[in-house]
Amino acid sequence: MNGEPTTGGAVETYEKDFRSYCIGGALALVLTAIAFALVAFEILPVFERLVAIALLAVVQIVVHFRYFLHISWHSHRDDLQLVLFTSLILFLMVGGTIWILFNLHSRMM
Amino acid sequence: MSAESSFSLLGNLGAQDISFVHAYENPVMSEFIAASAGGFMVVGAVIVIALLSYYRGWRSLWFDWLTSVDHKKVGIMYIVVAFVMLARAIIEAVLMRYHQSIAVNDPGILSPDHFGQLFSTHGSIMIFFVAMPFVSGMMNYIMPQQIGARDVSFPLLNAISLWLTAAGAALVMISLVVGQFSTGGWTAYPPYTSIEFSPGEGVDYWIWSISLTSIGSTLTGLNFATTIYKNRAPGMTLFRMPLFCWTTLCTSILMIFAMAPLTIATLMLALDRYAGFHFFTNDSGGNMMNYANLFWLFGHPEVYILILPAFGVFSEVISTFSGKVIYGYKSLVFATMSIAVLSFTVWLHHFFTMGQGANVNAVFGIATMLIGVPTGVKVYDWLLTMVRGRIRLSTAMLFSIMFLVTFVLGGLTGVILANPPVDFAVHNSLFLVAHFHNMVIPGVLFGMIAGYQFWFPKAFGFRLSERWGKASFWCWSIGFYLTFMPLYALGLMGAMRRTVEWFRPEYLGWLQVSFAGAMLLLSGFLLLAVQLIVSVRQREQRRVPAGDPWDGRSLEWSNSAPPPEYNFAVIPQVEARDAFSWMKEHKKAYLSPDNYEDITVPKNSMVAPVIGVAAIVFGFALVWHIWWLAIVSFTGIWGTVIARSFVTETERVIPASEVRADHEAWLARVREAPVTPREREDTSDNVGRAEVLA
Amino acid sequence: MNTSPLSHPGLNLGSVDEYSHEEAEPVIFGFWIFLMADLVLFALLFATYATMSVQGQADGPSPADIFDLSSAFIGTMLLLASSITFGMASLALKYRADGPHLVLWLVLTFILGAGFIGMELRDFMTMIAQGAVPQLSGFLSSFYLLVATHGIHVTAGLIWMIVLLIQLRVMGRTTTVKLRIMRLALFWHMLDIVWVCIFSFVYLYGVTL
Repeated sequence: MNGEPTTGGAVETYEKDFRSYCIGGALALVLTAIAFALVAFEILPVFERLVAIALLAVVQIVVHFRYFLHISWHSHRDDLQLVLFTSLILFLMVGGTIWILFNLHSRMM
Repeated sequence: MSAESSFSLLGNLGAQDISFVHAYENPVMSEFIAASAGGFMVVGAVIVIALLSYYRGWRSLWFDWLTSVDHKKVGIMYIVVAFVMLARAIIEAVLMRYHQSIAVNDPGILSPDHFGQLFSTHGSIMIFFVAMPFVSGMMNYIMPQQIGARDVSFPLLNAISLWLTAAGAALVMISLVVGQFSTGGWTAYPPYTSIEFSPGEGVDYWIWSISLTSIGSTLTGLNFATTIYKNRAPGMTLFRMPLFCWTTLCTSILMIFAMAPLTIATLMLALDRYAGFHFFTNDSGGNMMNYANLFWLFGHPEVYILILPAFGVFSEVISTFSGKVIYGYKSLVFATMSIAVLSFTVWLHHFFTMGQGANVNAVFGIATMLIGVPTGVKVYDWLLTMVRGRIRLSTAMLFSIMFLVTFVLGGLTGVILANPPVDFAVHNSLFLVAHFHNMVIPGVLFGMIAGYQFWFPKAFGFRLSERWGKASFWCWSIGFYLTFMPLYALGLMGAMRRTVEWFRPEYLGWLQVSFAGAMLLLSGFLLLAVQLIVSVRQREQRRVPAGDPWDGRSLEWSNSAPPPEYNFAVIPQVEARDAFSWMKEHKKAYLSPDNYEDITVPKNSMVAPVIGVAAIVFGFALVWHIWWLAIVSFTGIWGTVIARSFVTETERVIPASEVRADHEAWLARVREAPVTPREREDTSDNVGRAEVLA
Repeated sequence: MNTSPLSHPGLNLGSVDEYSHEEAEPVIFGFWIFLMADLVLFALLFATYATMSVQGQADGPSPADIFDLSSAFIGTMLLLASSITFGMASLALKYRADGPHLVLWLVLTFILGAGFIGMELRDFMTMIAQGAVPQLSGFLSSFYLLVATHGIHVTAGLIWMIVLLIQLRVMGRTTTVKLRIMRLALFWHMLDIVWVCIFSFVYLYGVTL
């Protein structure tokens, strides 16, 4: 049950890995609850509420990546590069699409 | 669309959909041409079947080829698909050029509907079923050998990708005989392609054939990227890889990310057509402009998927036939990476005229001009490789030099088009058509033909005829200029693309010259076929068993021609860039290894052809609304996948003794082989042991 | 070459099973790439939804008219819980060489996941009964496509789970089966990430805007 040093020198133990999932789960739960509460109880003015929901989502995504998918700065360089490059592509594609379509929409009215 | 609510075993399919029946019922020239095309295809298929039976090739076809998961065989099969589809698409082009050359104040020989199908199949086939398979096949064959690997990371997945593309191609071929193809162009913009304006089966053929091949391409990109990242030989760092592998890596990254927008666009179009959704409809909140956005999010990276492998080929060919190390390796790598990233930032330049504000257009116009810079860097690197080199004008090298001149010309017209206000004048004119053919033909096609000439001896063990190769080269080159330079002029004179009849007599001369050029292009293609036939006939005098006919620089030249199934008897240890040149210079080539080990290779599998055939049936069933068949074939595909996952014996072992025997026998032949000096490269003296220049 | 302690995404087997750990690297990397491509797919569905939920309502209902937040909340809890139970299954895979834990946690994950799908189907049926069908407007078309694509992915994961449970029984805990479970884990966690975006930007935004 107790780990020996792995290829990178870090010591894994059941306790450590178990804690990762527990912390991740607890954080995700709290972040989700706050987001739903903001809407259910109409906390904050509308614009700030939307920003808060977005931030909570981003934080929760990072929590998922870190505690469930075990992606961190210690990950293999290839995996990190892939995640970062994907993020760039997502930003370009989603951002570009929204910019273009809203621009077109405003010129149609 | 019939409104029958009764169940029909064959969906919407009826006897009148068979092209021969249709021509019989509507006897006009256009229909005869269509029926003949269908007839040619059927006759061609029958001839192939007859030849296979005559030469008793069925066993070999199934056991050595169709069920193979060897990347070399998969690569060759991809290229075979490409050449077959090229034959069809070139004939379609010649037909269109002929029709247009006479259709000035004249209806010509093709009906508008038929003409619409022709430009749609021509474009769809050339992009998806000629260029994509050609580059995929080339990368498949060469990249694993260049990195010192035995195969790609996921061999069965590789074969499945091939079969998905073949399935898409089969659907397009079937549309020649059963039903009609789309008339919406290779881009299939709604609302023209919506169910309201294109009620027949044509657009559905387009949707499902493209969807199948695009899934295959995504998986191929995944496979190649994993192979390059995880499967390189010891000592082969990323910066010691040949440039063809760098372009393969960047192409793979593009494939992974760019196919998804196409899948989405076609899926949404399918939902609109089949289920009455409102993604792209005129009413009820549809937004057809999103289609253009999604399609070109795919479409622009797609053209870089096509050109980057060609750039890789040119790097290899130019350095080998200049007898010099490639100039500016690092700048070429960074240029390739820049192109890969920038290719995701320019897609709007395909629809400057759709109605966005000037600021939006300006941003994308600037990005488009920027992307020309790294390509320019590459051109300079290639030119500087040739400077002070000892150049040999082989067929592959001739294609490369013609590429350098002609592609730059096309690139310049691209910079012109990158200007939104200029583009407003020439968008969708023949100027645009000339521009993109000016990129694809000298770029992708010449690159792939050069790669084919260059690596054919490695793959098949004998060289191609240089004489016929050069004849083909001249036809392709002069043919290209004759066909497309007039189109630039015509575009500036106001002629638009996809036009079935003209009404301006001043166009006539240009169109006639263009048709003459098209005949030359067709001749170029036919001469490639002649080259192949002649070379096969003369193969005994052309054999290069020692494996290195050109004094190659990278690892694929270090094994036999053709290579063994496992590529390398012992995985090489890499010490430097241009790994094989290094070995030859340091007298480390062709040494007997100290020990041999058993080699594990994947077993053949019928999973890939089964999935492929099921995919054809699935696509066909969806096109014709034969729902029971669609469900059955879909279940068949996934059932096969699940069943395969229960198979545990998926590999076989080649014993070390067998590897030793084969390898030592080959090494003995190599050591006996006379070294061929450069001047004798194109003679029967060349048995694959090239002289190494100091 | 690689000096990082984590040779691939997800829970690394490391020194617990060195052979499987080595085999895992290229296999998991390839699957990781597939997940990235899948993310692009979802991202474009989101981008389409973002524009159509605002511009494409036509004469049909708005998001606030039809979304049921309490149902979305329950579904979210079910899916999040299933991610945690899959984490427990991954731990059992790594640290308990035998015993019923792995299978039990997987079965629990399946039940929670199936519950999520059940709730989603119920929601869809309710909306359809109210007349909010995808054929009504662009907004509804994009809503159904986005959420149903996620649902189809989850369903595929459930089928995959069943196949793996059968394979655990029939083939045992071989390296091949272990690597498949590890890939399913990545898939499952990724789907929960997509769901975070759905409940945030579809449901919560929809009700607020």
